[in-house]
Amino acid sequence: MTKRWRRTGAQLIWETLLGEGVHTVFGYPGGAILPAYDAMLDYPIRHILVRHEQGATHMADGYSRASGEVGVAVATSGPGATNMVTGIATAMLDSSPIVCVTGQVGSALIGTDAFQETDVTGVTLPITKHNYLVTEVDEIAPALHEAFYVARSGRPGPVLVDITKDAQQAFTEARPRLGKVDLPGYRPEPRPPETELRRAAELINRAERPVILAGHGILLSGAMGQVRELAERARIPIAMTLLGIGAIPANHSLNMGMMGMHGESWVNQAIQEADLLLALGMRFDDRVTGSLKTYAPNAAKIHIDIDPAEFNKNVRVDVALAGDLSAVLAHLLPVIEARDRSEWLGTIRGFKGDTAVRDIQNLPDMGKLYAAHVIHDIWRMTGGKAIVTTDVGQHQMWEAQYYRHNEPRTLITSGGLGTMGFALPAAVGAKVARPDDEVWVIAGDGGFQMTMCELATIAQERLKLNVAIINNGYLGMVRQWQEFFYDRRYAGTPILSPDFAALARSFGLGGEVVKSRQDVEGAVERARADERTVVLDFQVEKEDTVYPMVPTGARLQDMIRRPGQDGDGDPESEEEPVAAGRTVEW
Amino acid sequence: MTPGPDGRIRPHIFVVWVEDLPGVLNRVTSLFRRRGFNIESLSVGPARAPGVSRMTIVVRTDATTARRMRVQLSRLVNVLRADDITNEPAIHHELAMFKIQATGEERTQVIQLAGATGARLVDIAPESVVLEATASPQKIDGLAEVLRPYGIVEQVRTGLVGMARGAASVMTDPDARKPPKRRRSAPDESGGSHSV
Repeated sequence: MTKRWRRTGAQLIWETLLGEGVHTVFGYPGGAILPAYDAMLDYPIRHILVRHEQGATHMADGYSRASGEVGVAVATSGPGATNMVTGIATAMLDSSPIVCVTGQVGSALIGTDAFQETDVTGVTLPITKHNYLVTEVDEIAPALHEAFYVARSGRPGPVLVDITKDAQQAFTEARPRLGKVDLPGYRPEPRPPETELRRAAELINRAERPVILAGHGILLSGAMGQVRELAERARIPIAMTLLGIGAIPANHSLNMGMMGMHGESWVNQAIQEADLLLALGMRFDDRVTGSLKTYAPNAAKIHIDIDPAEFNKNVRVDVALAGDLSAVLAHLLPVIEARDRSEWLGTIRGFKGDTAVRDIQNLPDMGKLYAAHVIHDIWRMTGGKAIVTTDVGQHQMWEAQYYRHNEPRTLITSGGLGTMGFALPAAVGAKVARPDDEVWVIAGDGGFQMTMCELATIAQERLKLNVAIINNGYLGMVRQWQEFFYDRRYAGTPILSPDFAALARSFGLGGEVVKSRQDVEGAVERARADERTVVLDFQVEKEDTVYPMVPTGARLQDMIRRPGQDGDGDPESEEEPVAAGRTVEW
Repeated sequence: MTPGPDGRIRPHIFVVWVEDLPGVLNRVTSLFRRRGFNIESLSVGPARAPGVSRMTIVVRTDATTARRMRVQLSRLVNVLRADDITNEPAIHHELAMFKIQATGEERTQVIQLAGATGARLVDIAPESVVLEATASPQKIDGLAEVLRPYGIVEQVRTGLVGMARGAASVMTDPDARKPPKRRRSAPDESGGSHSV
């Protein structure tokens, strides 16, 4: 007689995860998830113990953004789950597919204010793509299977599965049959009508001054090659969103650089002068449009996005094509005509002419250390090949401006939610996903202190990262706004930090303080050579400012430029990764 | 609330078909809550297809926001379909009950009024009567107005439900997924396409 198939819910959690291709989870145990943790030991799962559940979600997110796979975070009920909220919201706003598995108190205790009970599906309802409360052992596998499908299909996003302790403990003899997910109301991949595709093609072929707005959707759809093909054939210049960076190589001749609030002035000018905007997997966030009333006033707008809810949300568009970008471009590309458009490209070079190039290798430092120096040097020394994670703020914008990404999925940053403390845990996830790649954390002194406890996780897991803290003693971006818009009243922005290098050493990691330009190279070199994670505390100029800047609600072309800019940059040098001897906008 | 670009704020009637599962009502109303909308009325009941509930939701807003809400509703995983039927030729009715404290002559008048307005007398007690009416919200408003002088002590209104006119209805109830099979029976060793 053969032995009957018999499993606990806890076992089914891991068997379903393995079936979804998961081998690593980021988590923190606790009472309500204990049965799952106990069962975990019998499965080939790598568990990375985090120091705070927010870290687990950011790690899952970083894992996902580095690999394109679904990242998984595990936590217990109550505080374990509520600690995940920031990471879930971060993943939601940046369309990052993660699955969070949380333990819940026993089903009989739900609603009794039991120890560590929280209505987690209620709390996370508006910040998840979907969520599940599972109280029956036989629902565990189907719910998890559906969760992975929902997380990764259509516009990706976070999905949470809350599983009661009794469901984890219960036995079942019903082997789950997980076939095709049956969700009749869920249509993840719409297809645009033929007529709209034709209209789009006509607009593109007819346009004299088109600009491609390249967003995160290109990476999520894997449409990098097709976007390049489109741009190259029709000779259309490309403007990048923050999350689009890497989708088109920074050194591509048609890649103008980043648009928006801290984008390049010529990019914003090109957008404002365009007669056609072709928005690819981006959502016209307020940080890229400036004032909506004056945004690209003469441009027809084509919007391709997988989520129809993005159409006409902020910017009225002429043609909206709902669908997976790669699939839509497969239909569109055959009817796009080869064009020259050298006049328009020449005009854009003209816009650029009076603006400096961001090459600062030989910038006179006047004995000071600027964040741009640091990031530029890290870029040079890593050959532009590292995966870089950032928080939000000044350092994030400087990274986007001075680290030139030529590869997809090499900039991992919290764009939509703008989450401080994202960079360090996200880097852990990225490193776990791509162990052979060099990973750099670039964070501010403020954000780093929000999740620096994860240094212990890094030490315990023996992960090799490099951490650059852009330490200016202020919450820099907030200070910058206070400088510009609040009469330099620095309320709550001066921040004291510990000795980060000593702190790192206390975790058994490497640490070094860098105060001057000539020490940057050596420190970066030593960090890279060290087999441990090394934290470099770059003590930079305190009141440095991110230029240029479009003030909130202003016209995109009205950028605040760096005072005293002499405008002698050479627009031709942009192709060279390391151009020598030029002064830039300081 | 602030009006959108195509300005005029007026009641919009959404018909939303959802999978009949716990928490789905919360997901739907959460979308309105997030935008600070006050839902004027909401009614839920079983649709034609098993496993499907049909909601009628009335919200005051402008056309742009209404369009956006419809797309947002459609995007919810458990929502099978969401329509804005504000401009469709449709029957919009609600059911109302009014309890009126009336005796003697007044009572006779109330009962006569009921007959004249198409309201039905559904309860008679020594001190009070209950009238029930099914009609458009405007007609119900009118009935309430007429009854008010007699002293309405209690009223209940279901909120509007709507259905498009004619056979070529755009609102054929969608089907939900097949009801889940009980998995407890007969363990299957052969496994499905993705068995664990």
